[in-house]
Amino acid sequence: MAYCGRDLLALPPEARAREGVFLAFQYPVEIPGVNNVYLMKASLNAIRKHRGEPELDAVEFLKLVKERVRLVQMDDSFLGRAVNEGFSGGEKKRNEIFQMAVLEPRLAILDETDSGLDIDALKIVASGVNHLRGPDRAIVLITHYQRLLDYIVPDVVHVLSGGRIVRSGDRELARTLEQRGYDWLKEVAAA
Amino acid sequence: MSTGTKQVEALLKKGYEAGFYTEVESDTAPPGLNEDIIRLISRKKNEPEWMLEWRLQSFRHWSTMTEPRWASVHHPPIDYQAISYYSAPRTRKDGPKSLDEVDPKLLETYEKLGIPLREREILAGVAVDAVFDSVSVATTFKDKLAEAGVIFCSFSEAVEKHPGLVRQYLGSVVPQGDNFYAALNSAVFTDGSFCYVPKGVRCPMELSTYFRINAAKTGQFERTLIIADEGSSVSYLEGCTAPMRDENQLHAAVVELIALKDAHIKYSTVQNWYPGDAEGRGGIYNFVTKRGECRGANAHISWTQVETGSAITWKYPSCVLTGDNSVGEFYSVALTNNRQQADTGTKMIHIGRNTRSTIISKGIAAGRGQNAYRGLVKVAKSAENARNYTQCDSLLIGDRCGAHTFPYIEVKNPTASVEHEATTSKISDDQLFYCRSRGIGEEDAVNMIVNGFCRAVFKELPMEFAVEAQKLLGVSLEGAIG
Amino acid sequence: MNQPAVLTGNFVDEFERVAKNLPGGGEFAGRRAAIERFRALGLPTLRQEAWKYTNVTPLARRAFRAATREDAATAAATLAARLPEYAQGIRLVFENGQWREDLSHRGDLPAGVSLRVLFDVLRDAPSEAARMAAGEANPFQALNDAFYTDGVLVTLAPGAQVEPPIHLVFLASGGTEALAIHPRVLIRAGSGARARIVETYHGTNETATLTNAVTEISAGEGAHIEHYLVQDESAGAFHVGHLYIEQARASSVTSHAIALGGLLARRDIEVRLAAEQAGVILNGLYLTAGRQHVDHHTRIDHLAPRTASDEFYRGVLNGSSRAVFNGRVLVHPKAFKTDARQSNHNLLLSGDAEVDTKPELEIYADDVKCSHGATVGQLDADALFYLRSRGLDETAARGLLTYAFAADVIGRIGIESLRRELIRRVVGRLPGGELVRGML
Repeated sequence: MAYCGRDLLALPPEARAREGVFLAFQYPVEIPGVNNVYLMKASLNAIRKHRGEPELDAVEFLKLVKERVRLVQMDDSFLGRAVNEGFSGGEKKRNEIFQMAVLEPRLAILDETDSGLDIDALKIVASGVNHLRGPDRAIVLITHYQRLLDYIVPDVVHVLSGGRIVRSGDRELARTLEQRGYDWLKEVAAA
Repeated sequence: MSTGTKQVEALLKKGYEAGFYTEVESDTAPPGLNEDIIRLISRKKNEPEWMLEWRLQSFRHWSTMTEPRWASVHHPPIDYQAISYYSAPRTRKDGPKSLDEVDPKLLETYEKLGIPLREREILAGVAVDAVFDSVSVATTFKDKLAEAGVIFCSFSEAVEKHPGLVRQYLGSVVPQGDNFYAALNSAVFTDGSFCYVPKGVRCPMELSTYFRINAAKTGQFERTLIIADEGSSVSYLEGCTAPMRDENQLHAAVVELIALKDAHIKYSTVQNWYPGDAEGRGGIYNFVTKRGECRGANAHISWTQVETGSAITWKYPSCVLTGDNSVGEFYSVALTNNRQQADTGTKMIHIGRNTRSTIISKGIAAGRGQNAYRGLVKVAKSAENARNYTQCDSLLIGDRCGAHTFPYIEVKNPTASVEHEATTSKISDDQLFYCRSRGIGEEDAVNMIVNGFCRAVFKELPMEFAVEAQKLLGVSLEGAIG
Repeated sequence: MNQPAVLTGNFVDEFERVAKNLPGGGEFAGRRAAIERFRALGLPTLRQEAWKYTNVTPLARRAFRAATREDAATAAATLAARLPEYAQGIRLVFENGQWREDLSHRGDLPAGVSLRVLFDVLRDAPSEAARMAAGEANPFQALNDAFYTDGVLVTLAPGAQVEPPIHLVFLASGGTEALAIHPRVLIRAGSGARARIVETYHGTNETATLTNAVTEISAGEGAHIEHYLVQDESAGAFHVGHLYIEQARASSVTSHAIALGGLLARRDIEVRLAAEQAGVILNGLYLTAGRQHVDHHTRIDHLAPRTASDEFYRGVLNGSSRAVFNGRVLVHPKAFKTDARQSNHNLLLSGDAEVDTKPELEIYADDVKCSHGATVGQLDADALFYLRSRGLDETAARGLLTYAFAADVIGRIGIESLRRELIRRVVGRLPGGELVRGML
């Protein structure tokens, strides 16, 4: 699996992150006692160091974090809590997007970031992701439902089945899929 | 001039004189332990008759005792007759002349811990004048304490100047024959510290800075006695994050705390004695008896310890909750790496009504380390409405280490509520992966998770100590991963 | 160091007296070696960690007479009336450790299932009556080795299955004399075998009978065994029992230990999860009152990867009784992916009762998930308030909650007749039980 000329799968996870890849987990793990913002600081500085950029000092970092936490409409108290500990399902997903906003990856993979979200949380997550869209950032959304795509309009849609891309198209492909179900694709493939 | 200042000066002067001292041997007792040696120790220290008698009683008791064998620790037999029980305060003559002569590995550790240069020299036993720098610090410190009426001095000085207090309280929490090592200490202790906080006084500072410098000279049989009189409070810090050079393999200290009515004692320890090398050679045997008694109503004693050093740690800082509504707390982080062994925990003895205790213990075992929590929660028949909560977690790093939990719970009162929970697990792959996928290297990720695991204990430490403790954990875990 | 002389009571003399009458004689099958082992070990003392809270030295002050076949002479009708109601169907009844053929029925056992009386086994194929467990250091096992005369050997061939429970009932009916009974139960299950076995120890008099039982279960690969122990001895009885379980790959054993009677009762349960994916569940309940002393010591050895254990013990203490729980879980090196859970909860109902609990974890492997918890306390004040706000008076509310606390263990019992009977017994034992009965 090539990424910027390197085999992504051959890299240890921290090297992937430092190369600008961000993975938003479907089930983010809880890490008791480790402060959320402390993790972000260590993380961001590791990435910056790798890029040959100077580490952010505490003031700059805090400014950045406070700005980015707004993107997912969380208050500052969120920052001081232990990583995902005692977070609701929605809070965990918002925390993932917040982390993405801080780390500014080149490639973000969002693994079923919509699962388990109520409609309000979904809108918040979607607006966070939309804010982070840009010409020098690729975002891969993995989802089973059209619902998320109503809020994050995709440029390209790929349908995966059995680990392979079986069909590609634009946003209309997702709509058709929503209406006709995955079986439709199987029928098409069989025909 | 306060008595404390004199004492410091005397000590410093001695250190200086010692630089020119030639006949070191004449001030060292021959190896072995008998009544004559104890008489010698007592005479050298100009002790009153009652103190000598107390030591002899302890010795006679000790002679009838055998080493405890119940702890989960293993070591070759100790020959108590091969130890020399008295030597004059150590001269600096034999130490390295400068840091250049000190083991570079030790220096590397100091560097990582961020120990100031001057302190590094002292800790490494370098003969330097740097000690004099501490005079001004110590003097200001002593003046401030004297103003508040707090007595804080060496144990020897207390025997000389405050015999009434010493006689009243010494051995009243840890009796002479309490256990093998406590009995040995009672017979041969050389020095230690004494603190008395008078009624209603809040000790104006953490009793720490002074000791950080001087702890290197406390010797192997240390005796500490702290008394907080009614309504007073004191926070005492013992130890140092930096590993210290010490030729004495056996350390058997005794610490007694007495909190009278409404008094509050907080006792924090960072223990980082030499743990031995990666193969377990050398290293300190740290067999310590620490116990506090909440002797009056509403008294409060809190122990916090971070144990990362020593080849073997055997200690159970305990609370006897005699006064009604009194509170006992024990917060502990114990880390064993390489071939270290730790058997540590606490005893909470509930005697008074409405007494409460909390135990939070975090054990980390890495390498071939063996880490045991051993605790007792005892609720006497008289302890109406006693409450205890115990949380005891162990983290395993590597497949050759061991983590063990032995909690004893004895309840004789039906209104008591005692709750014990314990978990043991390895460091979570999911947590590691999460941190690494955020760009954090494996070793840093482990440190981060381990520090998170210990947070509930670190937050009980005084601020600057907490920061040091975190660094210490990282350094102690080196080589544990991979 | 001078060791104090060990206490051996009259057991050694008694052995010499009865040796020639024991099945096979005193020189048979290691009996002599066993009594020598006991002589060297002596009865346990409070100085031994495993006996720290349980004093069995009173056993040394009494002269126990080893029970013989002459002690099984109660009229069948009298004895039948004393059998527990649930012990129907397949059952073997022993009076004072001696088989009562007239009260037993083996029914139609399925193919591959054999149920033999140990007295016969000792005569026909004595090597099959030997214990598996080492137990070298345990003086009570040594006594059982020296004195045992009867018991049961259950053999399940590979794949054999018995649907109805197999009841083994041990009745103590001794008169005024102190009898010592040393029964032995051996359960050998081949691969894939399934069975449910209920051992009941029931006393019908007030004498100080000593029952010193040994039970061993070996569960072959994929075997599935449910084992029930109901200890309901008389108020003056001594009961010491050792249950040893050895499990092969992917086997599953569930043990239920219910302790209701006895003046002094000690139960040791030792489980060896010797191969991958073996799993054990230990459930236990002890109800104590008066001057009873009940001690449970369990030890689970996780010796292989992916083994699991789940232990759940509860106790309710009244009067001036005392209960001891010691649960030890050992995870050996290489037993990775071990999953071990353990809990012990105690309810103290009286100011004179005492509980000593010690859950222990000893872990020598890293990729494990182990936890334990122990509590001593009272009924939940919120629950009590809730019930009272629904109109129950305090006694009834307390009774109900106490019952619910105990019923958490009883509810796990899979044999309905046994569960019903135990609920009846538990309700009868608890304060406010009469009120509770009306609510069930």
